[in-house]
Amino acid sequence: MTVHSTSPQFKQNAARALNDSQLQKALGNVKQGFIDKRQMAADKLPEFEALRDSARDIKNHTLEHLDLYLEAYEEKVKASGGHVHFARDAAEARDIILKICRETGAKTVTKGKSMISEEIGINHHLEANGITPVETDLGEYIIQLRNELPSHIIAPAVHLNATQVEEDFRRVHTHLDAKRDLSEPVQLLTEARAVLRERFLAADVGITGANFLVAETGTSIIVTNEGNGDLTQILPKTHIVLASIEKLVPTLEDVSQLLRVLARSATGQELSVYTTFSTGPRRSTDADGPENYHVVILDNGRSSMLGTAFEEMLRCIRCGACMNHCPVYHAVGGHAYGWVYPGPMGAVLTPSLIGVDKAGHLPNASTFCGRCESVCPVRIPLPKLMRHWREREFERHLTPATVRSGLQLWGFFAKRPDLYRFATRAAMGVLGFAGRQRGRFSWLPMAKGWTQYRDFPAPQGETFQQRWKRERNGRAA
Amino acid sequence: MSMSAAPSPARPEKPRVGLFVTCLVDLMRPSVGFAAVKLLENAGCVVHAPVQTCCGQPAYNSGDRGTTRDLAMQMIEAFQGYDYVVAPSGSCAGMIKAHYPELFEEDPNWRARADVLAAKTYELTSFLVDVLGITKVNATFDGAVTYHDSCSGLRELKVKTQPRRLLASVEGLTLVEMQDSDVCCGFGGTFAVKYSDISGAIVEAKAKNIEDSHAPTILAGDLGCLMNMAGKLSRDGRPIQVRHVAEVLAGMTDEPPIGAAKANAIK
Repeated sequence: MTVHSTSPQFKQNAARALNDSQLQKALGNVKQGFIDKRQMAADKLPEFEALRDSARDIKNHTLEHLDLYLEAYEEKVKASGGHVHFARDAAEARDIILKICRETGAKTVTKGKSMISEEIGINHHLEANGITPVETDLGEYIIQLRNELPSHIIAPAVHLNATQVEEDFRRVHTHLDAKRDLSEPVQLLTEARAVLRERFLAADVGITGANFLVAETGTSIIVTNEGNGDLTQILPKTHIVLASIEKLVPTLEDVSQLLRVLARSATGQELSVYTTFSTGPRRSTDADGPENYHVVILDNGRSSMLGTAFEEMLRCIRCGACMNHCPVYHAVGGHAYGWVYPGPMGAVLTPSLIGVDKAGHLPNASTFCGRCESVCPVRIPLPKLMRHWREREFERHLTPATVRSGLQLWGFFAKRPDLYRFATRAAMGVLGFAGRQRGRFSWLPMAKGWTQYRDFPAPQGETFQQRWKRERNGRAA
Repeated sequence: MSMSAAPSPARPEKPRVGLFVTCLVDLMRPSVGFAAVKLLENAGCVVHAPVQTCCGQPAYNSGDRGTTRDLAMQMIEAFQGYDYVVAPSGSCAGMIKAHYPELFEEDPNWRARADVLAAKTYELTSFLVDVLGITKVNATFDGAVTYHDSCSGLRELKVKTQPRRLLASVEGLTLVEMQDSDVCCGFGGTFAVKYSDISGAIVEAKAKNIEDSHAPTILAGDLGCLMNMAGKLSRDGRPIQVRHVAEVLAGMTDEPPIGAAKANAIK
């Protein structure tokens, strides 16, 4: 079992999101910021498109030999004095982490940003067992205060405005002067930094995610902009790296290629502010670092994607470019998707991880505009994979009955050209006549989905094929 | 899809073009089809319009591969005899060019036939510019227009400069680019009906960008997108004319704009 999903209620979630003025205001920032910055970064690097090919190839190669690279990685981690734990599912991962925390007698755990930790719901599990988890990424810290899931994979609190954060800080940081000025974002930042600094120093265990796990060296790598990841993994006695199987990469050289597309695709930076490498626990010659080093590698359904059409999804390096460029994400935000991963990458990944019966809306809620695929740094054909899900739904009769019967009726005519021409000629004649005055309909029977938000332009009346036959009789092939 | 791989080195003097008008143009706005005929004939093509229905995209995007294959085979049979297949739609041409081959991955015979059809299929403006080398049309249109890049044409077929190049040759016409001309209008075929709330929000943003361009006319190359945008603009009472780019390029703007009443027709 993983985190509770509201993906089956996607439509209701979306409707709520569309009517949420705070959210709509915040989403405006996604539209503007990320897109231009990515484009500028890509334009500045002549080999950017070639790097995307190379990034795709590196990930494909790794996935083809994933078993070998996992083994090699495990060997290297062990050799550096660390421990590797493989978790088949979320429950196993939670148990492993809780056991490590208990062995070290942990009371508080600091956390760097990790989507896998959201996927397995580790915070609630630790809390339920008397251990306090503290998110240290500013966005994650804010949503932890609000008891929410991230709404974006690299900008977890992008759905919020500064005034909402101010309210949360006043509600939670009651030890501070109630009359303090928090009207500027920098004041919020300073306050969060001061509060978190104490937490860093008090923590017994630090949990971070990983952007890459390097088989060649047993190194885990995180990219951050706040430096919180470094403090999370260096200060406590125990460092736990939590990552999923597809984070494996063969060599440091491969990582250097992937890093060149990752930050550019995500935020338009050439590199993130911090790129942090960690290999095993503190050595005798190290000035600092954890005494214990654990890596928890989660499967949770991913290995069953290998060898299927959805294997391509495992190339994802979690840059967020697909959602930054998605008109549907721009309209409804990340929470509407109802689980951990939003946007186009979530629309493909979520059905794989929690089942298409629960997440069936997600791959359907796309116009197939293709903008996600056009910016994906590892060239995942996201629309094609969403279509694959639609095909599975159709095969399993999960497609809504109204859509199915509508398709059947339309298909019946479309496969019979003579009947089709006869029927459409009659229908368009009637519609064209009815709409001849206004040129449009504000209401049509059985077309509420369309006419609720827009008029339906009236047809001209005669069909093309009818007029062609009339005007060019004998010339038509 | 490579655009350069398709035409054979020996291009016929008077190419025989099978015009796939697309189901929407056939039913809703035949004048777009006749505008395409005029453009193609002026460019020296012999135009045929064989009996046709739909390329199968609604079934394909709904996950119904069986129906899609049946319709693709029907299309291949109907259009295989022409030198080229041309559609006034990037979406429907893209279906044939980018997706038909993958429908027949397990059927080498039909796969080969789908490949042949894909290689000779084009969106109208890209056919005129990229294949026939046309740079000018003989048309006049008074006023400013803005152009919406429909998604499939733009991203599957790289249709972007071709319509603009041809529009630049229309006498009296000024092209004003709107913000985000390459962002989806929210149509997405059945998406517009299945997720109407979201579609409505996306087309609202598009309508605002159209209005902010201050062009009195919006053009595009796909009737689905055009009906969506026209429906939204008229619902909101925005007096902006909506037309298929072929109508303007062919100088055939006697018919009222999409969704407009006859009385408002601009002569």
